[in-house]
Amino acid sequence: MTTEKIALERYKYDVLVIGAGGAGLRAAVEARESGLRVAIICKSLFGKAHTVMAEGGAAASMGNANSNDNWMVHFRDTMRGGKFLNHFRMAELHAKESPDRIWELEMWGALFDRTKEGKISQRNFGGHEYPRLAHVGDRTGLELIRTMQQKIVALQQADKREHGDYESHIKVFAELTITEILKENGKIAGAYGYWRESGSEVLFEAPAVIIATGGVGKTFKITSNSWEGTGDGHALALKAGANLVDMEFLQFHPTGMVWPPSVRGILVTESVRGEGGILTNNKGERFMFKYIPDVFKDKYADNEEEADRWYVDQDNNRRPPELLPRDEVARAINTEVKSGRGTEHGGVFLDVSKRISAEIIKKRLPSMWHQFYELAGVDITKEAMEVGPTCHYVMGGVEVEPDTAAAVGVPGLFAAGEVAGGMHGSNRLGGNSLSDLLVFGRRAGMGAAAYVKQNSSASVSDATVAAAAARIEAPFARTGGENSYSLHAELQEVTHNLVGIIRTGTELKEAIEAIAEIRKRSANVAVSGGRKFNPGFHLAFDLDNMLLVAESTAKSAISREESRGGHTRDDFPGMDAGWRQSNHIASFDGNQVSVRKQSLPFMPKELFDLFEVDELKKYMTPEEIAKGGSN
Amino acid sequence: MARKLNLRIWRGDATDGGLKDVQVDVNEGEVVLDVIHRVQATQMGDLAVRWNCKAGKCGSCSMEINGKPRLACMTQVASFEEGETITVTPLRAFPVIKDLVTDVSFNYKKAMEIPAYAPPADLKPGEARMEQVDVERSQEFRKCIECFLCQDVCHVVRDHEENKKSFAGPRFFIRIAELDMHPLDILKNRKRTAQEEHGLGMCNITKCCTEVCPEHIKITDNAIIPMKERVVDIKYDPARMFAGLLKREKRS
Repeated sequence: MTTEKIALERYKYDVLVIGAGGAGLRAAVEARESGLRVAIICKSLFGKAHTVMAEGGAAASMGNANSNDNWMVHFRDTMRGGKFLNHFRMAELHAKESPDRIWELEMWGALFDRTKEGKISQRNFGGHEYPRLAHVGDRTGLELIRTMQQKIVALQQADKREHGDYESHIKVFAELTITEILKENGKIAGAYGYWRESGSEVLFEAPAVIIATGGVGKTFKITSNSWEGTGDGHALALKAGANLVDMEFLQFHPTGMVWPPSVRGILVTESVRGEGGILTNNKGERFMFKYIPDVFKDKYADNEEEADRWYVDQDNNRRPPELLPRDEVARAINTEVKSGRGTEHGGVFLDVSKRISAEIIKKRLPSMWHQFYELAGVDITKEAMEVGPTCHYVMGGVEVEPDTAAAVGVPGLFAAGEVAGGMHGSNRLGGNSLSDLLVFGRRAGMGAAAYVKQNSSASVSDATVAAAAARIEAPFARTGGENSYSLHAELQEVTHNLVGIIRTGTELKEAIEAIAEIRKRSANVAVSGGRKFNPGFHLAFDLDNMLLVAESTAKSAISREESRGGHTRDDFPGMDAGWRQSNHIASFDGNQVSVRKQSLPFMPKELFDLFEVDELKKYMTPEEIAKGGSN
Repeated sequence: MARKLNLRIWRGDATDGGLKDVQVDVNEGEVVLDVIHRVQATQMGDLAVRWNCKAGKCGSCSMEINGKPRLACMTQVASFEEGETITVTPLRAFPVIKDLVTDVSFNYKKAMEIPAYAPPADLKPGEARMEQVDVERSQEFRKCIECFLCQDVCHVVRDHEENKKSFAGPRFFIRIAELDMHPLDILKNRKRTAQEEHGLGMCNITKCCTEVCPEHIKITDNAIIPMKERVVDIKYDPARMFAGLLKREKRS
């Protein structure tokens, strides 16, 4: 490796945004509008991020469909959904700011579906007390991405008018992978990576880096995530000295496709249930009535008649149990299938054809109709779908300061969206991720802008650059080593079988050993072919990230001896109020991940008082109840 | 259950390349992207292919399958005759980078040239009121997943590199139509600039773009033809021409 080659491409920016999904784009807009020069880095083409796959909608208590809705109701639903493990301040900011973020998108050209009065329409979703999700049919994520992509183009057009160059202040680096976040003197100094197209290396110098890389689904065998969900940001942050909070909590979405095998895991939106879809087993039994947990007994109907009435009269009936939070529904489906009451292909039936007309199905769920018709040969206006759980979302992520999205312990590093932890506690409600990425994407942009104004530009030393470059070159230098595709498949088997939807201490111990073994072998991955657009080479780096994520998840999961939200222990089936007071913090010493307990910040009295004490008693210890808030 | 499939894949880069024959296992229900991935994992570790969601929602895996522009993730292997060889080649209208991956930056340059959405200056967040029927016209075009298959198939640029400079292509005609039909957009002359600056007039309505659109957007009927008709009305309206004449006379 010659120094000329290292010096090939160097850029200096005020803010570097890694990830061009919803959170990254919203952060970039904010940083640019604060007057800064911003680079946006995406692993794929601009506008292809996983956010486009979000279907149902963005939760915001605008009150358009039911005027009783407001931020306090949304806050309560979010905390309940997360089983009170959420960082209260994040849930509060999210509930308060979501409506403004949706209206802002409309000012940028988004076209949401409308109510009769011409306002933004809002639909029902699991765990939300009122219809709350702003939506565009079942392609809401695409609308969000396109709107922000076009907002960025609008900013670039303004820069062209003012400075004569579209890219003078905001530039998109598409198909570029970041392999390392760089620090000098304990502070962020930039990032290093390579163009996927050519394999040539790029150095970015910037005093602030915002990580917005999304999720980790590809660590698992059955997932709704695209190839990009390889936990890059989680791993980059760990290696840069940041912490990951609560990595044991993974959301298995209850309804993924199960047949044919090649589409196994692809998401079936919760809107199908929101619009009236019911779940049945192979005996034709509507089984969800059996699975309403005690904490939700007063909110969910325990008989079909009441559940059916709810669709026309929500004020006088309880909700159908198909709309319980996702963790409950996923576990119920898992139990039905394991008890021999599943479908031929190991799922359950989801049927929307009996309740609503073919015309309305095609209008409200057009991409679901399309997806089943073209990929599975099933016409959902006439027949039931076969569905089962799929790894969908990671609640755990980078530990951040709620107001600024600053990563704890690393000056200049910020994180927003799925890669950040805390907001959703042990389980995320549907619709809360699109609003999360808008609210905290903006806050990360603001946080980074404020930081940059007080911290001058960064420069990276030659030694740091040389080390980063050597790491990229390494897999090419090896011959006859391991194949990254096979190691990835082995890792997915381990996580699927041993760290999945139902866990035990023995299996987790086995998983930790297996992951360590794969990690050892991954140090010997060899790549065939050259640097130019070489997927085997790309996967070698993704694999390294997924291994760190899997290790963090398994080690956090073995330590948490209770079941809560997206973490179910067969050997500790109950929820434990003592455990509610603890987060898990994962950190990396350059060799291995270690996990420790840390006290969860307790909510202040004004938020505590938003709940009935009887409800809080289901989650909290008597001492906490007696205290009545942190102030 | 698995059977063998004969797959012919174009491999190479901008300097040189050709079709390579491979045999690969295929299982029930699989799409072309599945078998390409199997080739990648077992026979050609460095085979370049773009993809993301594998669910027809992101528009990344655009390629030509037996000469037709398609999404590889939405093309069932079972839709071909058993024993038939499936040939996969990169998009023809764009420069090859490597194997099945092409340089589609043309489209991102064109996107920058379309004037952005322009809401009324006095519109406050949360105060917009629009009828569902009015937003639906633009919503049809906003379904676009930017797979660029319409750009690839369009005769105007498919074999005419020289036209690229003055032609934005079907993807951006629906973008202009979407803004033009947006109930709140106030920018005037979108249709006229479509004609004068973005090459709308070069389209000869063969509807190839509509045929390849995986989102079934009626590009020609609902965007291009209505804009062309309105442009004719604006540019060749005798009443307007007369008014324009008067204006010019007044000015002189």
